[in-house]
Amino acid sequence: MSAGPAAGAPAPGSLSIPARMAGRRVGARSRTLTGAVPSRATGRVVLIVSGVLFAVPLAAMTWFTLQQVGTGAFTLAHYGAIFDPAQASNYEDLFTGLQNSLIICVLTVLIVLLLLLPAMLLAELRFPAVRAVLEVVCLLPITVPTVVLVVGFVPVYQVLGGTLGTDPWTLAFAIGVISLPYAYRPISTNLSTLNLTILAEAARSLGAGWFRTVWRVVLPNLRRGILSSCLLTVSVVLGEFTIANFLNQTTFQTGLLLLQQTDPYVATIFALLALLFVFLLLVVISTAGSIGRSRRSRR
Amino acid sequence: MTIAPPATESLVQRGTPVELVEVVKDYGTGQRALDGVSLALEPGEFVALLGPSGCGKTTALRALAGLERIDGGHVRIGNEDVEQTPVHRRDIGMVFQSYSLFPHMTVRANVAFGLEMRRVEAKARASRTQEALDLVGLGAMADRYAHQLSGGQQQRVALARALVTRPRVLLLDEPLSALDAKVRVQLREEIRRIQKELGITTLFVTHDQEEALAVADRVAVMNAGRIEQIGTPEELYLRPASPFVADFVGLSNRLPGELAGGTVTVHGVRLPAIAAGVADGPVTAFVRPEDLGFGAEGLPATVVATSFLGAMRRTTVRLAADDALVAVQHEVGSRFGTGDAVQVAFLGRPVAVGGR
Repeated sequence: MSAGPAAGAPAPGSLSIPARMAGRRVGARSRTLTGAVPSRATGRVVLIVSGVLFAVPLAAMTWFTLQQVGTGAFTLAHYGAIFDPAQASNYEDLFTGLQNSLIICVLTVLIVLLLLLPAMLLAELRFPAVRAVLEVVCLLPITVPTVVLVVGFVPVYQVLGGTLGTDPWTLAFAIGVISLPYAYRPISTNLSTLNLTILAEAARSLGAGWFRTVWRVVLPNLRRGILSSCLLTVSVVLGEFTIANFLNQTTFQTGLLLLQQTDPYVATIFALLALLFVFLLLVVISTAGSIGRSRRSRR
Repeated sequence: MTIAPPATESLVQRGTPVELVEVVKDYGTGQRALDGVSLALEPGEFVALLGPSGCGKTTALRALAGLERIDGGHVRIGNEDVEQTPVHRRDIGMVFQSYSLFPHMTVRANVAFGLEMRRVEAKARASRTQEALDLVGLGAMADRYAHQLSGGQQQRVALARALVTRPRVLLLDEPLSALDAKVRVQLREEIRRIQKELGITTLFVTHDQEEALAVADRVAVMNAGRIEQIGTPEELYLRPASPFVADFVGLSNRLPGELAGGTVTVHGVRLPAIAAGVADGPVTAFVRPEDLGFGAEGLPATVVATSFLGAMRRTTVRLAADDALVAVQHEVGSRFGTGDAVQVAFLGRPVAVGGR
C-alpha cells in the first residue's frame, strides 16, 4: 500500500500541465523566490479545488455516455455505434465536419506561421514604427462580435465563392481573422521578454545573414510563443461555431450540434474526445516548449 | 619535452587599419547624427570615442559595423571600402551595451556561433572556443546559460564571442555601462590587457571620460555629430582644442578672461593660453582645479564646501570679486572650514580658453 493518498499522486490529466510546471519551479530551483510562489499547501489546495471543478463535468459526461437509453444501465453500446457500418450515415455529417475542421486547423496555423509571424518579426526588427499599428490590427477582431463580423464576411464570401469556390477550407480565411488576437498575444508576449533587436544584431555581427539569424537565433527564442500561438489558433478553430453556421459550412462544431439533436450520447463522446485532444495538444506543446531550458526571470 | 604554445596564439593578429572618412548620417530630423566624421585607427590601436549621450558616437560605431546605413562618406576596413558590405560580411567583432548573449544557447555555443557561421570544422571550433573562453577567464563556465552568469561574466563571454573569429576590428559599444563600478574598472583593465595581447584594432564607445582616458591609446571627443578633437589622453587633458573638450574632459572652472596675444588675463592674473582659433578679446578660461592653489597672496574668497577625495582634497570657494564658485584641488593636509577666508592663487600653468 502506498502511504499518503494525495501526496505523490499525479493530478488528473486535464490539470497536469500548469501543476507540474509550478511544482517543478518550486521544488527544483526557485526556492528563493518565496514571495512570488505560493506555499506547497496552498498550491495543493488550489490544485485540488480546480481539479474537482474540471473533473466533475468530465466525469458526468463520461458517465452519461455509458448509460443505456431508458434504463440507465451500464453499456458500451454508444461507443460501439460509432464504428457500426449500419449507423455510419447517422454520423456522416460529424465526420465530414471533423475532417473539414482539421483541414481548416492546418490552414489557419499556416496563415499564422507564414503571414502573422513574418509580419511580427519584420515589425520588430526592421520597421518598429508599424509595431503599434500591427498590434491594433491584430487585436481588433476581439472587439467585434463574431456575428457582426459574419455580416461583413457574407458579401466577401460571395465574391470569394466565384474565384476560390465554396469549399469548407475557405473558412480558414475568416477564422484566421478571428484567431488573430489569440495568435498575436503569445508571440508578442514572448517578444517583449527578449531584446530581439540586439540578439539579431549580435548574430549578424558574428557573420550570420538574415536567414540564419532568424533560423538560429530568432525562432528558437520564440519557440514557446509560437507554439502557444498555434495551440490557441487550433482551439479557436475547433471552438468556432458562429461563422461556419452562418456561412452554411459543416465543421466539427456544427456537426456536433446536429448530432446532439439525434444522438446526444455519441455527440457527448465526441465532445469528450475533442477535450482530450486539446489537452493532449497542451501537453505536447508545454513539454516541447520547456525541454532543454528553464528560464527564470531575466537578470 | 614540449613547450606548450601560449594559450591565445591562434587569436593573436597583426591588426587592421580602420577608417571613417567624412561619414554623414542624416535621419532627416534637422540635425545630422553624423556630420562629416573622420577617424583613422592605426593597426592594433585602441581608440575611444567619447561624448555625451546623443552626440553620435554610437551611430558612428554602428556605421562602422554596418548596422546603420550612411548617407555620405566612406567606411574602410583594411583599406577596403565596405559601405556596401552587409554587417555579416564585414568581419567585425562587437560587444553591445545590453547583454546580448543568445539565451537559448550555452556559453560554449554562444562563443562557437561565429565560427559555425564561418563554417569552421567542429574540432577546430571546439579548441578555439575553449581558447577564447580561457582568454577571458571563463573556461570553466562553458556549459552554463547566460542567465546563470553575472553581468560582468556575461560581458566577458560576449567579448570572447566577439574575439573568437579573429575579426579585423573589435567594436565595443559602452560594454561596461550596465555593470557595477568595481566590476567596471576590473573589466576595462582586462579588455585593455586582452586587446594589447591580441593586437586587434579596437573602437570603444563610452560617455565616461575617466574610462576613455584610462584605457585608450587615443581618444576622439565627439559633440553634436562631429569629432571635436582626437588625441592621446594627455593631449586632451592638457591641450584641449575646444571649449567643449576642455569642459567635457576632466573638471574645469569657467572664469571670464581677456585674451591678447597668446596670454589670457583672468582676474588680473596673466596666464599662458591654449587658444587655437580663438580671437583676441573677452573669452572664457577653463581653469582646472589642480591649476589653482591656496596661498598668502591671491584672489580673496570664502570657503563654501570641502570634500575628501582620498589622495587629495577639493575645496569649493566663492570668489569675493564676482561671487563665482571655484573648485580648488589641494593636498589632504590643509583643511578648511566653511566660511574661512582664503586667498586663491593661479599656479601659472597654461589654461584652455574659448569664446565667451
